[in-house]
Amino acid sequence: MARKHPRPQVSRRKFLAGVAVAGAASAVPPAQAATSASTSAAARRPSALPPTMHVAAAESGTPKELSQARIGGVPGSDFMVDVIKTLDIKYLPSNPASSFRGIHESLINYGGNKMPEFLTCAHEESAVAMAHGYFKVAGKPLMTLCHGTVGLQHASMAVYNAWCDRVPVIVVGGNDLDAAHRPPGVPTIHSAQDINGLVRDFTKWDDTPVSLQHFAQSFVRAYKIAMTPPYGPVAISLDAGLQQEPIRNNGEKLYIPRYVPTSPPQGDSGAVKEAARLLANAQNPVIVADRAARSENGVRLLVELAELLQAQVIDQGGRMNFPNTHYLHRPPTAVGNADVVLGLELTDFWATVNAYIDNGEHGIGVNTSRVKPETKLISINASELLTKANYQDFQRFQSVDVSMPADAEATLPALIEAVKAAISADRKAAIEKRGEAAKKAFAEGRDRTRQAAALAWDASPISTARMSMEIWAQIKDLDWSLVSVSGVGFNWPNRLWPMEKHYRWLGASGGYGVGYGAPASVGAALANRDLGRFSVNIQADGDLMFAPGVLWTAARHNIPQLAVMFNNRGYHQEVMHVQRLSNFRNRVANLGNDMGPIGTSIQNPDIEYHKLAESMGWWAKGPIKDPAELGPAIKEAVAVVKSGQPALLNVWTQPR
Amino acid sequence: MRSVCGLGPAVLAAGLVLGCGGAFAASAEKGKAAFIQHGCWQCHGTEGQGGQAGARLAPAPLPIETFTAFVRTSNRAMPPYPEAVLSNDDLADIHAYLEAIPKRADYKDIPLLNQ
Repeated sequence: MARKHPRPQVSRRKFLAGVAVAGAASAVPPAQAATSASTSAAARRPSALPPTMHVAAAESGTPKELSQARIGGVPGSDFMVDVIKTLDIKYLPSNPASSFRGIHESLINYGGNKMPEFLTCAHEESAVAMAHGYFKVAGKPLMTLCHGTVGLQHASMAVYNAWCDRVPVIVVGGNDLDAAHRPPGVPTIHSAQDINGLVRDFTKWDDTPVSLQHFAQSFVRAYKIAMTPPYGPVAISLDAGLQQEPIRNNGEKLYIPRYVPTSPPQGDSGAVKEAARLLANAQNPVIVADRAARSENGVRLLVELAELLQAQVIDQGGRMNFPNTHYLHRPPTAVGNADVVLGLELTDFWATVNAYIDNGEHGIGVNTSRVKPETKLISINASELLTKANYQDFQRFQSVDVSMPADAEATLPALIEAVKAAISADRKAAIEKRGEAAKKAFAEGRDRTRQAAALAWDASPISTARMSMEIWAQIKDLDWSLVSVSGVGFNWPNRLWPMEKHYRWLGASGGYGVGYGAPASVGAALANRDLGRFSVNIQADGDLMFAPGVLWTAARHNIPQLAVMFNNRGYHQEVMHVQRLSNFRNRVANLGNDMGPIGTSIQNPDIEYHKLAESMGWWAKGPIKDPAELGPAIKEAVAVVKSGQPALLNVWTQPR
Repeated sequence: MRSVCGLGPAVLAAGLVLGCGGAFAASAEKGKAAFIQHGCWQCHGTEGQGGQAGARLAPAPLPIETFTAFVRTSNRAMPPYPEAVLSNDDLADIHAYLEAIPKRADYKDIPLLNQ
């Protein structure tokens, strides 16, 4: 940080050295401190070096003098905690690090480890993903602390997922900017001029506060920006010096700005009217929703609009947008008959109305249209207000007829009213008839789904449909929430379990960064625990192995969930890529000793996930290969979860 | 397809393999092994039941001619399998395996699918 004011009478470096020699700190003026930094090497060793006897004694013993006296005032990080507490942030998942030790200490001692409560994580990626999953249940953001460079590098994939999934996470990275005073060695390697640069391409905003008042403004601003649709992660670089130095009376009283939520952006009234006109006069309007419903109210509004138009609804599953038990619920193919498509917060409008087949000549894919040429397209999408250049999550460009850069849920009330006004009396009979046809098609679709689920019912490895329904049989009477991304490999729960409430399904990772599933499920389960809900996680094997330490975090912090391993012993998303290229090149894919092309299997040896979980404090059982054994095992596990513990079943499944 | 038929891949691909005089001796047992070895199971499941990644193949697979033509010339999500990758013998065995898979149960007879 740029220090505007003289350093305190006791420099923080001198203070640290003083702790190491059991309280022998002496007051030195800044110039003298700088000199002694070069001459008193023994007293200035960085904390990453092996401890001397003195250091070990200081670390394990009780210091004779405590911080306030030693640093000459109230620590700046205590004020930071005061700021954080105004925003009702309930938890802080994090892996500890020296660069934020000042605020860490303030949080647990001054702040009493409440609001937020520090949750110990084994990996920064897990910490951010936990915050991601938590938000999708609670609707409230969490903050995380991470070590400026290496910790933020670990966290970055999860930040990208949150960015793509439009989820607010407040990422605070510790960083020691003062090159003249920070400890040499590892702490300096772990410092950078601009740690936020690591994630700037996929955060909404970032800042590097250089004073406590600046921190107060930045933190409240960061929270406000993160929580304004389109939601997104934000980053604050937190200087180590700013955390550790005392609050100074410079004639300016510190204050904490009040947080007032920003109202979400609504669609332009003229565009809303034009969209309503097109929808009201359409022969076969189709609504496609991806991240449209931010809340239960969003689901209700979408149902109201769909019923008003008797329009079929395709739920792409970015969130639980529309009940799958509703007769207007349709598979993605329904778009083919549309004359008007209303896209609500679509990740990829192009791919909604076009198809890409990775099977063209010379390895170039083939593009085809999924819709009729004259189909009118309407888009309501807040992401248009937040497009950056580098990362390509904005997908291919799709021209549309009515484009509203606005929040869909906030725009739906106006659109509903406009549609009501636009439906003429002579259209009402046709609209009603459309509804009758939809009911028939829906019933037929349900039958087909169940018939498909019956295939390979008794197979071993266990079919994913069977596994889904064995789980369902044990949770159907509970207030359950599916906290995992089953759709990566199969989507039976979305097809077979009645999903009518917003928290039944949380959507996927956004950025498809693998390793999201396990920690996001723990974060979501944490929110569900506080709401008295039962969390179910269908856990992919490859995903879990990126950072399995989150299992320990769940056990350590008493976060119950039922985890059923979708253990197909491979990275099946990747198998066909290698097979496809082998075929194109007239070569037989080399399997080695595995069941898939070399590099795509997770076998030899098979991972005993039940033992892994057990070692981290979970109740666990497996491997389960016989479908007849699955139901009783799930029943047993459900009882464990209801008692407040996490439980895992290692189930060998079909690949998809 | 067994080479005993004496028909090349181009003919097979055109779906014209009819009336080979019963020379096939395709083996369902070998077909099951080939189904795994060539990775068919990865998208279609070990019993050809299909799923999110691949279509249902069994029970009652497509007729051998149509099946063969599709495997050799697919322009859909599944890449084509040339003979250099999947021999005619193996393909015939795979089809035999799929044909041997018994008729599926009616979902109405499975209590878990009627909850």
